[in-house]
Amino acid sequence: MSDKTAFDRDSISNTLTMAVGLSLICSVVVASAAIVLKPMQLKNQEEFRQRIILEVAGLMEPGGDIATLFETIQPATIDVASGESFEIYLERNGDAVEQIILPISGPGLWSTMRGYLAVAPDGNTIKGIRFFEHAETPGLGDQIDKADWRNLWVGKQLYGDGNTPRIEVVRGFALRDATNANLKYQIDGLSGATLTGNGVSKLVRHWVGPEGFGPYLETFR
Amino acid sequence: MSEMRKVVIDPLIDNNPVTLQMLGICSALAVTTSLLPALLMCIALTSVAALSSAAISLIRHRIPNNIRIIVHMTIIASLVILTDQLLRAYAFETSKQLSVFVGLIITNCIVLGRAEAFAMKNPVSLSFLDGLGNGLGYSLILITVAALRELFGAGTLLGYSILPLTQDGGWYPANGMMLLPPSAFFIIGLLIWAIRTWRKQQVEHAEYQIHEVHRTDVY
Repeated sequence: MSDKTAFDRDSISNTLTMAVGLSLICSVVVASAAIVLKPMQLKNQEEFRQRIILEVAGLMEPGGDIATLFETIQPATIDVASGESFEIYLERNGDAVEQIILPISGPGLWSTMRGYLAVAPDGNTIKGIRFFEHAETPGLGDQIDKADWRNLWVGKQLYGDGNTPRIEVVRGFALRDATNANLKYQIDGLSGATLTGNGVSKLVRHWVGPEGFGPYLETFR
Repeated sequence: MSEMRKVVIDPLIDNNPVTLQMLGICSALAVTTSLLPALLMCIALTSVAALSSAAISLIRHRIPNNIRIIVHMTIIASLVILTDQLLRAYAFETSKQLSVFVGLIITNCIVLGRAEAFAMKNPVSLSFLDGLGNGLGYSLILITVAALRELFGAGTLLGYSILPLTQDGGWYPANGMMLLPPSAFFIIGLLIWAIRTWRKQQVEHAEYQIHEVHRTDVY
């Protein structure tokens, strides 16, 4: 403070020069990084989405090329009762539909959970489920995306006799004996994550119900 | 030369930003459930701390006093956005796990603290090394905590199975609490205890002493 230098860094002109100059430099750096890296980021996002779809359909091979594997999968647009349209995916083998892959989403305990549900061409049997975006409790609710739990869904039935979804995540273990006629609709709950499990139940029922893709799946049954 | 060594080595144990200065605790809780995101976070924070300190030191004679914090924040924020964009382009999946925490490096006290306390008064190379050292000190703690949490919480390190879990037919029952944020508090607390047992000079003196008063004395 005491020594007088020719340059006064606190002068109004220097303050303005520094503020404007720094803002310009920083904005150029940030903007160019965003533009240069954009194509790579979009490619990553698209690849990630395609990989999730392949995984839910059980088509992902370790080390496989995603673009090649994705060739059997075709997008289709489906309108639901509310008038909204959603993009779904069909795994095709020639003209025959092998699997129907539906986007699903809904509230869990902490977050909106987003994922895909793969259904067999009978419009009833589950082939796979996968959540790619959620913020459920680590170690408890985040089991919804662990292979152990996802595998419990494979082979379960969405509907009973009518068109009402019967699928549900129960509390504790689903009773595994002949007296339990509902076993084919029941998924074991996750201990410590009842509310996440309830959320998954509700959202799957919603999306395969009359307000979701229910009418579309009915065309397959 | 010895001073250069000192600014890098000191923040590792003797002046560690996490265990001595108690800075950057929130991200230490959030990103340490497994080792890979923690490693990425460490690289991100260390590069931001080193580069921002160097940049601020470079223009330190021209930074007007009354807007100096804004100048620091602008430089740090730009570097953080740059890091975040790079991670999204080159480490997409792990960057998804880190979510908002890379962005929150902007508000990390370690980065701003080094800018204000060191980079404003020291030459460029020394400031760069100071940022680097503090980033490494933070990394040391983060990596230790993340390794312990992943090992005992999930039985793996970097995704490779180390302790076979009972649910996969092994002998180790996973400790789910390790994956919850409180366990990071416990581990950091134990680390601080261990370091202060080893380096006695870090023990803080009591600011007051609790005086026992008996009811009979008062009435």
